[in-house]
Amino acid sequence: MSFGMGGVRTAGDLIARAQMERRLKIREAKAYVAKKLGVDSVTLSDEYAMTELRKKLDIGLIMALTGYAKGLAAKTRISKTCDLKINSVTRLLEKAQLRGA
Amino acid sequence: MEIATRSGSGVLIKMTKDQIRAEIEAGSGDAAEKAHIPGLTSDEIDQILEILTERSKIVSVERGREIVLSRDGGVLKYTGCTRYAGSPLSKEQAISIGERIIGLDTMELGHADYSIKPCKAIAQDEAHHMENAQMVSIIPVLYGAMPNLGTYYRSLGGPWPAPTDLLKDGKVKESRETQENAAEDLQRDIIYVAKIMDQSGADGFNFDTTAAAGDAEFYATLKAIEEVKKETSLAVQVGMAGEMIMGMHCELDYKGTRLAGLWPHQQGVLVEKAGASMYGPVVNTKTTKSFPWNLGRAVTFIKAVTRTVQIPVHCNMGMGVCGVPMTEVTPVDAVTRAAKAMVEIADIDGI
Repeated sequence: MSFGMGGVRTAGDLIARAQMERRLKIREAKAYVAKKLGVDSVTLSDEYAMTELRKKLDIGLIMALTGYAKGLAAKTRISKTCDLKINSVTRLLEKAQLRGA
Repeated sequence: MEIATRSGSGVLIKMTKDQIRAEIEAGSGDAAEKAHIPGLTSDEIDQILEILTERSKIVSVERGREIVLSRDGGVLKYTGCTRYAGSPLSKEQAISIGERIIGLDTMELGHADYSIKPCKAIAQDEAHHMENAQMVSIIPVLYGAMPNLGTYYRSLGGPWPAPTDLLKDGKVKESRETQENAAEDLQRDIIYVAKIMDQSGADGFNFDTTAAAGDAEFYATLKAIEEVKKETSLAVQVGMAGEMIMGMHCELDYKGTRLAGLWPHQQGVLVEKAGASMYGPVVNTKTTKSFPWNLGRAVTFIKAVTRTVQIPVHCNMGMGVCGVPMTEVTPVDAVTRAAKAMVEIADIDGI
């Protein structure tokens, strides 16, 4: 809590994905995600701003609000919004015989 | 005036500001001498001193310098393991708690034994948990296991004679051969489990406590990473077992670098070369020394890592590693101070 990004409370999951897929150091990973979301790097760890942005983009929230994308649906939207390859999403689309993410 | 700090074993102790500064400096000097790396500058020592002498119990990093929190052990820390929380939860529930209640940036699925060899036999069952978890999770979920070469020796129920038994009889050549045979089996098993996890939609594979059995284990893991990167879409995270690679074999090299005796910054270069996405260095805590001594030492080692390794560095910061006191229930004052120093001075990318 005192030094972590905060996962889906903020943009922590997105930055982790940028590090994992693109092997980016923390500053570069934040810059990459910030650019994709159209915000500055400090906003990425702001719970209020990121909750509103995550609602708007429908990329998954820390709350289980009815009607918003959850789980695999949220990851499918993250993959598209942030141009990040997500294994489970690719496999879902293959199984559903849809074009790969 | 005396300030509250900790011993390396976690006991609350008191020291003067001058004593704390001297301890940080001595710890840094020890790391610099052992690994032939630069020690901390006077300004950096002052910065750690300031962190250690802050009056509040919990400290934090500057806004905007938050880092990614990844996991080792993952669901094991929550579910039915007596050495951890032992809560009556399913693995899927534990992953959900990590994501939706604790706010982790990544989570990890793993078997209670947490070693590759026993994981192999139940890999399909583990894949089922991974598929379930992937359906409902948003954060990256990795599969985690220790390479644990020791489980391939007869002393732990494996097929190969234990190198330590052979060494006792002066059989150096045979000791090396048995490690090479075990390493080959380990490499094959890692790839088997990784391919199944890839099919189940896992986001990555976390090798935890790598090289616990020495250079042959590190060799097998590096070779397996190459193969995992070629054969699967998994990201690879590598957490180490200790600050120096033990020379159990002593003649193994990876891409021209001898593995025995490598320090964290040298280990990381090879992990990066093998194709991993994230590297988790370890610095062992000395329980007979103070927390300031251990932190000064750990920051010196990790600073050399982040200056050398180009992939994200997620240093291990649990009990007994990277400055954190060696105690089962880690004091939050020490953990947050160690983390702040690692972020602000060593410039880490995650924990």
